[in-house]
Parts: sequence; structure tokens; C-alpha cells
Amino acid sequence: MIRTLLVANRGEIASRVQRTAHRLGIATVAVFSDADADAGFVRDADQAVRLPGTAPADTYLRADLVIAAALATGADAVHPGYGFLSENAGFARDCADAGLVFVGPSPESIAAMGSKVEAKALMEAAGVPVLPGVTLGPETDLAAAGQRIGFPLLVKAAYGGGGRGMRVVGDPAALADAVDSARREAAGAFGDGLVFLERYLVDPRHVEVQILGDGHGAVVHLFERECSIQRRHQKIVEECPSPAVSAALRAELGAAAVAAGKAIGYTGAGTVEFVLAGSEFFFLEVNTRLQVEHPVTELVTGLDLVEQQLRIAEGAPLGPEVRDATITGHAIEARLYAEDVTAEGYLPATGTLHRFDVPGEVRVDSGVGTGSVVSPHYDPMLAKVIAHAPTRAAAARALARSLAGAALHGVTTNRDLLVGILREPGFLAGDTDTGFLVRRDPVALGAGTLSGDGRRHAAAAALAAQAAHRRDARVLGGMPSGWRNVGGAFQQVGYRLGERALPVAYRFRRDGLDLRVDGEPLAVTPVSVTPDAVVLEFDGIRRTYRVHRAAEVSYVDGPDGSVALHEEPRFADPNAATHAGSLLAPMPGSVVRVYAAAGDEVAAGQPLVVLEAMKMEHTIAAPGDGVLGELRVAPGDQVDTGQVLAVVGESGS
Amino acid sequence: MAVLRSALDTTTEEFRHNRAVQLDAIAALDAELETVVAGGGERHLARHRERGKLPVRERVELLLDPDSPFLELSALAGWGSEHTVGASVLTGIGAVSGVECMVIGHDPTVRGGAMNPYSLRKTLRALEIARLNRLPVVNLVESGGADLPSQSELFVPGGRIFHELTELSSLGIPTVALVFGNATAGGAYVPGMCDHAVLVDGGAKVFLGGPPLVKMATGEDADDEALGGAEMHSRVSGLSDHFAADEPDAIRIGRAIVARFNWRKRGPGPSYPPAPPRYDPEEILGLLPPASKIPFDPREVLARVVDGSEFDEYKQLYGTSLVTGWASVHGYPVGVLANHRGVLFGEEAKKATEFILLANQTDTPLVFLQNTTGYMVGESYEQGGIIKDGAKMINAVTNSTVPHLTINMASSFGAGNYGMSGRAFDPRFMFAWPSAKLAVMGAAQLAGVLSIVGRASAAAQGKPYDEAADAARTAAIEAQIERESHAFPITGRLYDDGVVDPRDTRTVLGMSLSAVHNQTIEGRRGYGVFRM
Repeated sequence: MIRTLLVANRGEIASRVQRTAHRLGIATVAVFSDADADAGFVRDADQAVRLPGTAPADTYLRADLVIAAALATGADAVHPGYGFLSENAGFARDCADAGLVFVGPSPESIAAMGSKVEAKALMEAAGVPVLPGVTLGPETDLAAAGQRIGFPLLVKAAYGGGGRGMRVVGDPAALADAVDSARREAAGAFGDGLVFLERYLVDPRHVEVQILGDGHGAVVHLFERECSIQRRHQKIVEECPSPAVSAALRAELGAAAVAAGKAIGYTGAGTVEFVLAGSEFFFLEVNTRLQVEHPVTELVTGLDLVEQQLRIAEGAPLGPEVRDATITGHAIEARLYAEDVTAEGYLPATGTLHRFDVPGEVRVDSGVGTGSVVSPHYDPMLAKVIAHAPTRAAAARALARSLAGAALHGVTTNRDLLVGILREPGFLAGDTDTGFLVRRDPVALGAGTLSGDGRRHAAAAALAAQAAHRRDARVLGGMPSGWRNVGGAFQQVGYRLGERALPVAYRFRRDGLDLRVDGEPLAVTPVSVTPDAVVLEFDGIRRTYRVHRAAEVSYVDGPDGSVALHEEPRFADPNAATHAGSLLAPMPGSVVRVYAAAGDEVAAGQPLVVLEAMKMEHTIAAPGDGVLGELRVAPGDQVDTGQVLAVVGESGS
Repeated sequence: MAVLRSALDTTTEEFRHNRAVQLDAIAALDAELETVVAGGGERHLARHRERGKLPVRERVELLLDPDSPFLELSALAGWGSEHTVGASVLTGIGAVSGVECMVIGHDPTVRGGAMNPYSLRKTLRALEIARLNRLPVVNLVESGGADLPSQSELFVPGGRIFHELTELSSLGIPTVALVFGNATAGGAYVPGMCDHAVLVDGGAKVFLGGPPLVKMATGEDADDEALGGAEMHSRVSGLSDHFAADEPDAIRIGRAIVARFNWRKRGPGPSYPPAPPRYDPEEILGLLPPASKIPFDPREVLARVVDGSEFDEYKQLYGTSLVTGWASVHGYPVGVLANHRGVLFGEEAKKATEFILLANQTDTPLVFLQNTTGYMVGESYEQGGIIKDGAKMINAVTNSTVPHLTINMASSFGAGNYGMSGRAFDPRFMFAWPSAKLAVMGAAQLAGVLSIVGRASAAAQGKPYDEAADAARTAAIEAQIERESHAFPITGRLYDDGVVDPRDTRTVLGMSLSAVHNQTIEGRRGYGVFRM
């Protein structure tokens, strides 16, 4: 029996493993880097051990420190999560050597699957379908080999990588040239011109099968997951079952996965990945760990895979609930990333999550919460949101609504893209493959979430801020908002939505609200206004906007989309102003040092002249960036109060 | 707490007619206020903006806390005179960094912000309000100084501005000058007399004599900046405490200065949150009769003004032409004296006297709602001592030290104006509704009296009386008095602090009460309450 489990991971998966461990009565130990010192998984653990530093190589990848932490805290088992040390055979071995139970397969299984070439050969021998290929020796009949593999095919350098020495060939006639040029390139780049041919699938589906093996020789599969929706080769939407897999295909896939598992004597939870084109599927690799997307399998089977991992690690045989598992309904997972989806690509985002709240009947596996800081040190995934419903369409609908209504304040996320995917006709038709996002414009796909240009949101933000001002007023708080007995001045708030200015002007008149956004009247009727929520009626439609302010940003979540509105400050920050100009002596004294010469580019705060007066040295620094136009003093000069020492002008002037 | 029950029927033709008449009066007021807001007009405003300067109203808006209310005072100063309505200065009370301040801003688009006799009276009234109620003062300075052609009316009393400013300082009431433009000669003493001075770079010109005057006086050649620029005053003379990069920066600094006043109001705070009236203030318009001759029940007004329409009446069955009682407005307790049937008899005067004494015993501010034709005349009343009773009331009003807030709802004639805490009796604030009249007596009565006196004089001299001339003269006098007793000329002469929309009465009273509570609220003590 495991009594104390060290989770050698961070973020959502650390929390996920802890949750099951605690439910089973197992105490937990967290390890954490300096960047994660305040994270939820550290708070929730029974004990936590600091791994000094922030870089993974200094912290979560330090097998020695993790094992030392386990021994120091009296842990008897280690769960590696995914990533980091999870597929490190050496770490699994070190755990065993230290007398710790490694929650995962044997070091041998991990090592066997770690080498792609070795794994492919192993699987082919076990009868698992692999992509047909042939290594081109001097004797190989190129045309025949090409014919056997089929087109399009891939010409690949045997000892290559990074796409060099690689050619996609669609036409048999072009094969010879492609092989020649690939050989030349491979020889030049890697010192070996050996190349091989492999079947090339254009935009296949990515389908994987969850397997569980116990230490008593049993290996079962828990059906497939489809993870075709990918960006930059990373999955972002996963589901179970796959819309492309029939019962017969499922049985075939399952049998292949079990065969793969048995071939390497697999114990624990693993995933056999395939590419699927039509009803043809081919082995890709085995992931010898829990997958990020394991919750979709959990929701349709009702099993807790972490619990199964722990039971297997404790030596228990697979129970009937595993052996007789069935699929109930459909589950879809969406990965919320801190990233900016732009025309240029997917750019990681950082910041403080001022609010994190995902509503609805969904499962949220999250490593963050309100107040979390998203650092640039680790994977920018914020959370996984998983919906489970009787049908695929119902699951997609629920997941989309939940994501659309989520409060995700302070950090840019891919939420709009996820909602766009989940509502896209092609996705809903089950027409998914790994080229899904390549064929579509991700920016356009995510643009449908916000309707009404954000003008109503800006109005709601201004009215909520107004209510907060009235609530917090130290005097005259009970008077009508912005009341005037002469004239009817507008209250003005300048917002910015992205690059767009959205100034709001409003005044409360006897006959109602007079509100303008960007100079244009907006005929909204405020039904109720509080600092946190504004109900607006527009064109006969009532909508509730939740408004949350953090520093100068108002986050507005409405049924017609979510926006982050940056408020222009009423007054310019005096510290931001650079006061280029004359530098005067603050007191009489003598010049002891001069650090710059006329014509030098100077930066704000850069020391220029040092004066000595009454045995004290006073440094005169550049008030702003610019060019030192004049320097009127030299060391040894006596100066009077107010005397001009130097003049800083604007650059280029 | 007794709750007022309104008997007003809002469905009658009379109600609709009353409302229409009031809406016309309000429209006339709004039209006048629009000209005030327009200041010096489009052309001057455009030129002002071209210089990168903000109009005074935008300066004020930027100064005030976002979404806070602003009670502008004496908006129609100078109405009916040869000077621009508003008198080239804006005064009012608003929240700056959470502190109620008296804001005084010159309007440089009106004759360069030059001061005329009405600007002076308006400014002095604002400073008086600040002194009596302990309101910090923020001056938004940009004035060309005195309107020289009217110097004879300005020069001597004008010194009072500096007297007031420095007296405020001595009383611990902070004063701030944000100088945006000209502050020359006498104007230079405004930043000079204030506790805090902020000068705008490139805009502020603060000197006793500008370049031409200096040239004339001493032959010296000097430019504006050297004589009175922001940089010079910030670095050399030290007149300026803060060097502002531009106008918004000056306002930002001004707000920061006020935020550091560590200001504490001396009066008690309101009970919070106050309940709104149970009846719609909008209905006040329909209950006001079209002519001041027709009385109305002020309880109907109170039901639409006071918190929760709750009003505990004092001596309800005695002296019934005057309604007295206790209520609260925006959480501030008040005693109310409101004319019911116009005339004040001996009983009403004695009831008022007792009530004022009671309010002083409990440090309760008083609200006077005027609709009075004066004290009753006639043989039996004179013999009954109406003068003595009226004197009691005026004595009590004069020597009462709780704050008085007076509103002329419809009419304020004769000594009734005095007894009901008219201007001469120093109410902390005094406002009028747009159709209200104020004069020594009604126009027709006054003309009639003159006619009778004329006829008697002719008879005494044995001369024939020219009836036609009398009729013409009577009509002319009646028209003149009618004109002069209108709310606009009254407020134009600073006889009140402004004409307000009756529907805003609750807000106006609330802001006034909040303002007076910056000062200690302390009634007159010494004698007990005399039972009259």
C-alpha cells in the first residue's frame, strides 16, 4: 500500500494526481520551483519541498533532488505526471534503486518506446500496423519500392532531423530526383547519405488508444481518443469516442494497442498513438505515461485513471470495472492556453490571472486560479475544460457555452479560438484531421465570439465603474450620479480595446441615459447597474454583463462575448513625462566630475555632472532620453545656484 | 415616524395644466442657463481652444471626482444687467478627491475673464459660503483682472476677495490657486493669497505689472515669462509651489493637494442609506398652481422631497397657515417651516418662534419653504400685536445659529421674506423655483397703494386727479414691479444662490446640507424655549 505519494510535477497534473491520492487516503508531497512557490498544488500538498531555481533543468528535471525529497519526506511512491521525468527510464530506475515505487511502467518499457526506430521495429514484429517503409540500399529497386509503399511518400534521411534531407513525393516520376537530392543534402548535413522511404499520409486523423496493463500479464484498452485538432503539432481539442471510429474499427484499434502493450510487457497506464486515414491506421508511438487528455476517457468510462495507476503500482490486478469498461456518452476536452492567437502565429502570453472562473456543468482540471501568475518558465496551459454529454453535439455545445462564459481576466487566452472550433460546422460534422487549423484562419475562427464591436461592453464597463465611484464616494454618495444643475456635462472614460479606441461619454438625464461610444449614440437602457454587473437593454434584448476591474483594465463578460478594456488614465503619469531641458545647479559648489560630452546620446537617469558642495557630492542626471546639446561647465568650475550646467535636447533635434 | 399621505390627483386637467405652466418656466430657465454654459460664445471658445487651453467648464469637470454631483451657484449672476449672464466666473460646490470644495473658475472666453461688479459679488458670495461652511476653495485662475471701465464699482470692494482668501487661511480652511493664464495686478494676489499655488507652464502669467506697464513705470524691457511665467515663479520667486506641465497636469496636482488636506467634516454625518421619498418628485410640477395667488399644501411638496416622505408635524392644529415639523433629507435631520396659506398671523409667528428655538436646542438645521404674502394687516391684527409677534419670529430667525436653507417656492413678499429667513437673514443657502416672485409686495398691490397715496395727496392739495394718467402710471408701475420680482432679475442681483428646477429640490437640499455639515452644527443656547 502506498501511504505517501510524491508528485514529481507541477500545475494542473500535480493537482489532478493529488486529488485522487487524497480521495484514496494517500498523503502527498509536492516539489516546487521558486516560480511555483505560491501555486495551488503546493498549498494543497501535505508536505512540499522546494527545488531552488526556476528553469526545468534546475528543478523539475532534477531526478536526484526529487528522489532526495521523497526520501526526506518519507514518501514511498513517486508519480511523475506527464512531461518532465515521466518518460525517463533512468529516473524510473533510480526510484526503484532508492526503494521508491515508480507509478508507471518498467524502465525497460520506457526505454524500448523511447527510440522511435526501435519502437517501430518492435511493433511491426508484434503485428501492429506501421507505416510501410524501406531503407534504400545500393541494390534497392527504387521504382518498385515506391510502388510498394504507395504515393505520396516521404523521403527521409536515416540519421537526420529537423526536416533536412526530407522530401514529400507525390508523383512516381519525381521519385528518383527527390532521392538524389535528399541523399546529397543528408550527406552534406549529417555525413551519411542513407535515406529511406515511408508512406506519407496527408492530414490524417490522430487517434490514440488508452491501455492499462497490470503486473500479472493483463493488458486492456479503454477505447480511443481523437486528438486531431492541433496547432503547432500540439493537441488543443480531444474527444472520446472518435467520430471516425466505428465499433469494428474500435475493436481493431484496441486489439492492435493491446498487442503493442503486450509486446513490451506493459504495466500501468499508457497510450498507443496511431494515425488514421479512412479505415487504415498505422502505429506512431507509445506514450508510457498518463496523457494530458486522459479526462475524456475517464468521463466516458467512469474510471479514475490515476486511481488505476496507483492500484497497479501497488500490485493489484485489473478489476472488472476496467476489464468490462464501456463507453457512455461523449466527452470533449479543450485546452485553455495563455496565448495570443494572431495572424503571425500562437504567441505565449503571461500575466496575472485576476479572475479565473469557468461556469457550467463541466470538469475543469486547472493548475491556476484567481490571482495566479502565469510565468514564462513553463508550458502556458492554464486548464483543461471537459464536457460530458449523451452525444457529441451536446458535449460540444456545453463546452462552447462554458468557455464563452468563462471569466479569464488578465491573461490573453486561446478561448475564442476554442469556442470557434467547437461551433464550427466542419468540427460539428466530425470532419476533423490534423490539417483542420492549417486550412482555416485561426484568427477568423476566433473572431465570431464577440458581437457588437465591443461597444455595448464599453458602455457596461463605464456604467459599472460609475456605480463603483458612487458606492465609494466619501461625500455626496447619495446624490444622483454626475448630477448638474447647470448644463449637462458628459462623464468621459477613454477605453482601448486592443488597438481600437472606444471612448465612452454618458450623462444621466431626467428622461434617461444619454450614452455615446466613440462619438456615436448607443441606445442602451440600463436595467440595473452595480459595480460588478450591468444589465443593458439594447434593441429590445436584455443582456447581463459581468464587469471586473483590476488596475486600469475592465474585464467585461457578456452573452455576446468577453473583452478586456484598457482605461486611458484621466491624467498623464508625471513620471512618464521626460523633462528634457536645462539642468541647473541645485546649490553653489564646484564641479568635480563631468561624465559626458556635448553631442552624446544620454539616457534618462544617466549621471552627467557631479557637484561638490559642503563636502557632499550631488549628481546631476539626465532628466530624459536625448542628446546632450550643451555642456557649460568643466571640472574645477565654481557654479552658483540656478546656473545652467548642461542642456539636454531631444534626439535628432 | 409619520408618513405623509398625498392627496394629489395626477389625472386631473388642473394637474396637467399646472405641469405645463411649470415646464414652460423651466424651459425659460434652461434657455438662460444655456447661454451661461456657452460663455463667451463659439468664436472665443474656438480661439481659446486653439491656444491649447481648456474651457472653464472642462477644467471643472476634470477637477471633480468622476460621476460626482456639482451644485453650481449664482449661475444667472448679472441677468438683466449690461454684463454677460454668469458674470464671467463659475462658482459651485463639488467633490474633489473626496472633499467638498468651493470651486471658483474664471471664464476667460468672456472678456478675458475680466471681473465686473457682478463677478465680484458672485465671487464674494462663494467665498462667504466657503467661510461660513468651512469649504476648502479651489480657484481656477485665468482673468484679465478688473473690467477697467467699471473700476469705480470694483476697486474698493474688490479688496475683499483678498481679505476673504487670507481669512479662510487663518480659519484653517485651505485655499488653492491653479493658475492657467493671466493673473495680473490684483489677480496676482489670488495665487499670492492662497495656501497652495500651481502654475501652468507657458500659460500662467502672474505679475503686478505686465511688460507695457513695466516699460511705462521704469523703462525696463522685460518679457512675460521673466516677469511672471510658471518656471520663473517655480524656480526663482517661489510664488508657485508646483510647476505644471500643462492644464490637465495642474488639475492633477490640484486634486493631489486636496487629497492631502486630511479633511474632516466637523458636523455629524448623515444616516445612511436614506430612503427616497415615496412619491415622485416629478409630480411637484403638477401641484404648483399657475398663479401665486392660489395657495397649495406644502406637505405635498415635502412628500416628494424628504426621506421616506416621513414628516413629524409640530403644532399641526395651531397657526395652520404655517406648517412646521421634523424630517430628514438625504439622511440629514432638518426642521421644516413651510408657508401654507400665504399669510402669517400672530399664531403662525409665535409657532415659528418656538419651533426655531426648539431646533436650536437640538442642533437641527432648518429648511424654510417660502410661499408668503407677508404678515397680516388690519385693525384687529395691529391691535392684537402682530408687529410684536412678527418681531419675535424675526428675532428668532436672526439669532438662530443652526444652518438655514431657504427656498422660495412661489412667493416671498414683505416682512414674510424676512421672517422666513430671506437673504438679509443669512441663510447658508437660498434658492428659488423658476416661477417664484420676490418683492416688498405684489405688483398690483404696490401700484394700487401708489395710486391711493397719489389720489389722497391730490385731494389734500385740492387738485383734480388725472384718472387717465393714474391708470397709465399704475399700469407702468405694476409692469415694472412684476418684472423686477421675477426670479431671474432677483437671482441676477445675487439675492439668492440660484434658480433651481423644483424636481431637483431634494438634491439641492441634500448637497446644501452636506456642505453645511463641513462646519460644526450648533444651535443658539442661553435661554430655554419660550412658550409664546
